[in-house]
Amino acid sequence: MTMSTSRKVIFYVILILSALLLAGPMILAFVLSLMTNQDILTGNIPTALTVDNYIRAFERSPLLSYLINSLLVSIVIMLGQLLLSSLAAYAFVFLEFKGRDILFYIFIATLMVPFEVSVIPNFHLIRDLGWIDSYAGLTIPFFATAFGTFLLRQNFKQIPKELREASQIAGIGDVKYYLTVVLPVAKSSLVTFGIYGFLSTWNMYLWPLLATTNDKVRTVQIGLKQLQTQEQVNEWGVIMAGAVIVIIPTLILLFFGQKKLQKGLTEGALK
Amino acid sequence: MSQIELVKISKIYQKKQAVLNEIDLTINEGEFFVLVGPSGSGKSTLLRMIAGLEEISEGILKMNGKIVNHIPPKDRNLSMVFQNYALYPHLSVEQNILFGLQAKKLKKQERQRRLYEAAEMMGLIELLERKPRELSGGQRQRVALARAIVSQSPLCLMDEPLSNLDAKLRANMRVEIRRLQKKLGMTMIYVTHDQVEAMTMGDRIMVLNDGKIQQVGKPITLYNEPANLFVASFIGSPKMNLGKAILSEDGKQLVVEGQLHLDISSIFGEELPTNRQLTIGIRAEHLLPGTIENINYLLEAVNVEQLGNETSIAFEVGAELWTARWSGQWFIKVGQKVPVQILPENLLFFDSETGNLIHSVSKGRMQEVLTTCV
Repeated sequence: MTMSTSRKVIFYVILILSALLLAGPMILAFVLSLMTNQDILTGNIPTALTVDNYIRAFERSPLLSYLINSLLVSIVIMLGQLLLSSLAAYAFVFLEFKGRDILFYIFIATLMVPFEVSVIPNFHLIRDLGWIDSYAGLTIPFFATAFGTFLLRQNFKQIPKELREASQIAGIGDVKYYLTVVLPVAKSSLVTFGIYGFLSTWNMYLWPLLATTNDKVRTVQIGLKQLQTQEQVNEWGVIMAGAVIVIIPTLILLFFGQKKLQKGLTEGALK
Repeated sequence: MSQIELVKISKIYQKKQAVLNEIDLTINEGEFFVLVGPSGSGKSTLLRMIAGLEEISEGILKMNGKIVNHIPPKDRNLSMVFQNYALYPHLSVEQNILFGLQAKKLKKQERQRRLYEAAEMMGLIELLERKPRELSGGQRQRVALARAIVSQSPLCLMDEPLSNLDAKLRANMRVEIRRLQKKLGMTMIYVTHDQVEAMTMGDRIMVLNDGKIQQVGKPITLYNEPANLFVASFIGSPKMNLGKAILSEDGKQLVVEGQLHLDISSIFGEELPTNRQLTIGIRAEHLLPGTIENINYLLEAVNVEQLGNETSIAFEVGAELWTARWSGQWFIKVGQKVPVQILPENLLFFDSETGNLIHSVSKGRMQEVLTTCV
């Protein structure tokens, strides 16, 4: 598309402004994390840049073990979601049984129930199972997701049904078809959903807070909160340093997965 | 020996609508059998029922004498080629061809031997490493065929396999599939909506319309003696010229579309019923150019197509457009009155109400048709 220079300038100004607006908090956090506490509280332009905040963030709390916990929990949830959603989606697309569509709509309807509603019953469940302060309690309640099932079902539906029929004639069963045809063909959607699942778990706050009582299994978002103190003046530099550390994996994932993420989410929108 | 037997097979969907109605059919071993009909006639459904992909609502399906109604597709020992080829997009040509063999317990050597045999036959040796998206339509078609060959099933089902190819390639593949079938001696059931494909490929053809069998027979029989008006207008290109006709009281004169008066006394005795509405049919090649001593009728040409080796002329006859095919190049202007010869012995007679054939082209004439047409 050709554009006149003045139009281009306007577009770029708007783009830069909105980019700044969106990334503003992150940039601010990054700058604050490099400033001394004095500079922050007086609201000055930074006089000196320092990495002290980062060192102190690691000293003050077991940030590293939080990070590892978060990583572990996120990966387990991601894998669990991928497995269960793809299996459910497979059933909704390729298996024929009575009431399949109705079941699917009920399934989809649960998308409208906010997570907070199910927090209390979920909490009761894992408490009764003795899963408080365990990875199981942190991860298993999130394995089943209506969104993932929906996303993958839409994707699986695009696989021509002749592929299934051809494999039926060849005598290839459901499990083998799922593993050797459906999963590879729907790869980009699986990656998209995996990234999405990972990121939303990484940023989860309420559930890890409820389901954990000690530092051993606690995730990084809770750890961040702990950097704030009640008794004395907050050390914003340290908190921001912690926040930046937390954002980094997210950013890395987004950076590498951006193309796939976009492709997967808009797949099927256009032919 | 009959390999496949259909006894009163019906397909009924929920709303009590029969898509297929009591189909009785026997297909012999080694036969190239074509199911042809317009879209929505139920031909693909019938094929899928034979494959086991669609449930049989009523009736019995037998293969080699055994009832197979409830046997899953994999145990029916058949291969199938789909309209969109159904190639696995993430697998190479080699893996695609071998995919179906995974379920069969075969030695690796045997597998490789079959792969190379099939690839050789279909000219795919150089393409084995490619992915389906890197192939042209014709090559994909070949991969689909190779996949059917490699299973070495005695029965092969094809569902409009050529409809995604361009005209030239289609003509090539027609010959190739036909040769392949003869070479391997397999039984083929081939679904198409293209009557040219049906005519050129089939040992026998079944014409299907609205879920009912219209006629089963050899291609040339269907062409010469169509059982009803549907078959008459469906088989043959250009389609048969049809016209409403009235027989005079004494049975000697025939008035077609209120325009053409034919003297038929010399050919027919009392065979034709005088009290029925008749429709006559005449093939394009039987509307002959009039000669000086033999001008029957003058018809107005409304369209002329020069095909090089022959000329196709459309005439207006009452409310109908009739097409004539004359060999050679004829220079006729649109609107010109053209002398045409119509011989009564070339006429087919149908009952207008039921559409059924009353009288086909006279036997003596048919022999000549066979020698000139084939």
